[in-house]
Amino acid sequence: MSRYTLATSIFNRFTGVLLSVGQLALVYWLLAVASGSRAYAHAHDILSQPIAKLFYIVLMVGFSYHLVAGVRHLIWDTGRGLERTQAKRSAWIVVIVSMVLLVVLMYCLLAQGISR
Amino acid sequence: MRSLRSPLGRAAGLGAAHTGVHHWWLQRLTSVALVPLSIWFTVSLLALPAFDHATVVSWMAQSWTAVLLILLVLAGTWHSQLGVQVVVEDYVHGSGAKAVTLALSTFAHIVVAIAGVFAVLKVALGAVA
Repeated sequence: MSRYTLATSIFNRFTGVLLSVGQLALVYWLLAVASGSRAYAHAHDILSQPIAKLFYIVLMVGFSYHLVAGVRHLIWDTGRGLERTQAKRSAWIVVIVSMVLLVVLMYCLLAQGISR
Repeated sequence: MRSLRSPLGRAAGLGAAHTGVHHWWLQRLTSVALVPLSIWFTVSLLALPAFDHATVVSWMAQSWTAVLLILLVLAGTWHSQLGVQVVVEDYVHGSGAKAVTLALSTFAHIVVAIAGVFAVLKVALGAVA
């Protein structure tokens, strides 16, 4: 296995575990909504802390990467793109596309934050 | 003897654990489901006009929102369970530690999945003021 396929594989695992933690935050939020407006207000304060906002940015990095890298895996499963040169090229495509996705997400988030 | 595999094992195409293909298939199935579900969720969150309780409740109470949120929680926790399992199998050494970590991970994933589904249903069925 070459360096870039190794790096993309490890980062896919790392971002996957990160998203598992993010899912805990999602379910905590869903439970807060289900617990009524007072409980929600308390959870909202916790989820609006600067450290939580930093975590959402990290989550968006993880989401952008894991989504695109996951699609690459699904394409591999069809038996395509497994040649060494193709795998090297798709590793770069994954990095570039996930960065573009991240920029779009960050832009939407910032635009949303300003509009409120 | 040319192969250690039994004729039945070879015909059935299964390994000793009998679950390898099953695990692989479910990981793919959940990942295919999560592509549209996670994109829908991200776009929906970004499109929410505000994050106060009343706005979020009225969003979650819509039938399609509730159905898709439940699917997201189930596909997400299932995919996470399978992914964490592989990570534990690869990085946690010692069969005892491995078994305990896998058991804890499985319990945690089941709790998170049920909590998530319960929360969405509670809001969707109008039990939250």
